[in-house]
Amino acid sequence: MNVAPSVPTVTVTHAPADTDNLTEKVSIKNLEFFYGESKALKSVSLPLYRNKVTAFIGPSGCGKSTLLRVLNRMYDLYPNQRAEGQVLFDGENILAPKQDVNLLRARIGMVFQKPTPFPMTIYENIAFGIRLYERLSRAALDERVEQALTRSALWSEVKDKLNANGMSLSGGQQQRLCIARTVAVSPEVILFDEPCSALDPISTAKIEELIDELKSLYTIVIVTHNMQQAARVSDFTAFMYLGEVVEFDTTTKMFTTPRDRRTQDYITGRFG
Amino acid sequence: MTEAVPLYAGRRRRNQIAVGLSLAATLFGLGWLVLILGVLLWEGFSGLSLAVFTEMTPPPGADGGLLNPIVGSLIMTVLAVLFGTPIGILAGTYMAEYGRHDGLTSVVRFINDILLSAPSIVVGLFIYEVMVAPMGHFSGLAGAVALAVIVIPVVVRTTEDMLLLVPNTLREAASALGMPRSVVVMKVAYRAAKAGIVTGILLAVARISGETAPLLFTALNNQFFSVNLNAPMPSLPVVIFQFALSPYKDWQKLAWTGALIITVTVLALSIIARILAAQRKTS
Repeated sequence: MNVAPSVPTVTVTHAPADTDNLTEKVSIKNLEFFYGESKALKSVSLPLYRNKVTAFIGPSGCGKSTLLRVLNRMYDLYPNQRAEGQVLFDGENILAPKQDVNLLRARIGMVFQKPTPFPMTIYENIAFGIRLYERLSRAALDERVEQALTRSALWSEVKDKLNANGMSLSGGQQQRLCIARTVAVSPEVILFDEPCSALDPISTAKIEELIDELKSLYTIVIVTHNMQQAARVSDFTAFMYLGEVVEFDTTTKMFTTPRDRRTQDYITGRFG
Repeated sequence: MTEAVPLYAGRRRRNQIAVGLSLAATLFGLGWLVLILGVLLWEGFSGLSLAVFTEMTPPPGADGGLLNPIVGSLIMTVLAVLFGTPIGILAGTYMAEYGRHDGLTSVVRFINDILLSAPSIVVGLFIYEVMVAPMGHFSGLAGAVALAVIVIPVVVRTTEDMLLLVPNTLREAASALGMPRSVVVMKVAYRAAKAGIVTGILLAVARISGETAPLLFTALNNQFFSVNLNAPMPSLPVVIFQFALSPYKDWQKLAWTGALIITVTVLALSIIARILAAQRKTS
């Protein structure tokens, strides 16, 4: 394993102005990522703050989804994909070979672009993940399922049909079921990979509202193609282009006074 | 426009000819199928009676039934499925879930495809060589093993195909919850592919229930009722083969009845397989 030496100095260009009262839940340091021989991420350094929503924006192929999939080591499922550098999660490098990926993924949850309910009942979709790491009584499990569904704003819609197949729900409900499933295992960080791109505007609004509520409990990262969405839901925004983080700042600053010309061009719709 | 009309008329004529030829080919093929089934039903039903299911195969000129070959076929088919299915499912799981990018998988897939289309008589000869000859006698067990060798490639193929149809996003979603690979496979991928895998097993049963060649060299035949796996065991296909070739009218009649029983069984299995496959699509 080829781990690049950590750089103690903070790269000033990526540091937002007001970082008082913020704790870095995840610190990405000089991260490089390879699909076989081709380099998809070039020396990415970025902080992810606790209880904040950070959005990754940028044109297709800029590496934002790749970066997200490094954070829970999703790339480990595939051969010929590797990451170099450091990703510190509460100070521990998750790219270290000794890191157990299953335990990591239980702490850093992920919601995908397309809703992916498991082929089982609504109840089981949520209970399944909980049972992996906790041995609970039936009553305690029921409570956790209800809590997860409540947190993901789905409880009132499904409480009378918990034994229905998860696939029978509408697209937006399925996506909230997937969020509930992720929330149920009590992660600390939740990664959203374009969670609304397959949904209608009403479902999208519900999910965005939900993300806003969830950030009081979790650290949230969202990849989105939709700049309005980034502006609506996130506290911090990173603009990525050709595998690099061009600019990182508070969302307000990024959308009002970006420092980099490319950021400005992308945000104003001149390319992308 | 005036030029386009003859051009269009010509195209329409060619279309009619093509449709006509396709229809004729379909009717030609279906015609034979109807004839075969018709003769089978005609000849088979006239010999069908309760005695067929309760009495042993008779000597020429006496009354009798097909109880011993029916039981023998059932025993060997069930055993073949019990032997072959776990091996087939495990191999298919390796190919689709664990070794998808391995060189070994393409080698296994290639060999499996050869095995899938291998003439069943070769399988019979092989088992004769490795089991019957060393044991010194024909046996029901050897017959079941020969049938299992036919079951394995069918199950390997369908298991792999069905697991490959399970979207990767589902596996990623399961992994993202912190599920180890084994749980992802057993609880999520199998569940999503269940109907397809069961369909594959049913198709394998349908395939072996009519096989004669591998049993001729292994289980041989037995005129009497036998559940002894260490002795020759009768089976419907072999009895049909023997009785149909005989000069005795009543044996020939029983052969037709046996053929009807096999055909109806295979038909029923295929229909169940189709229903299951349809359910997979809708769910």
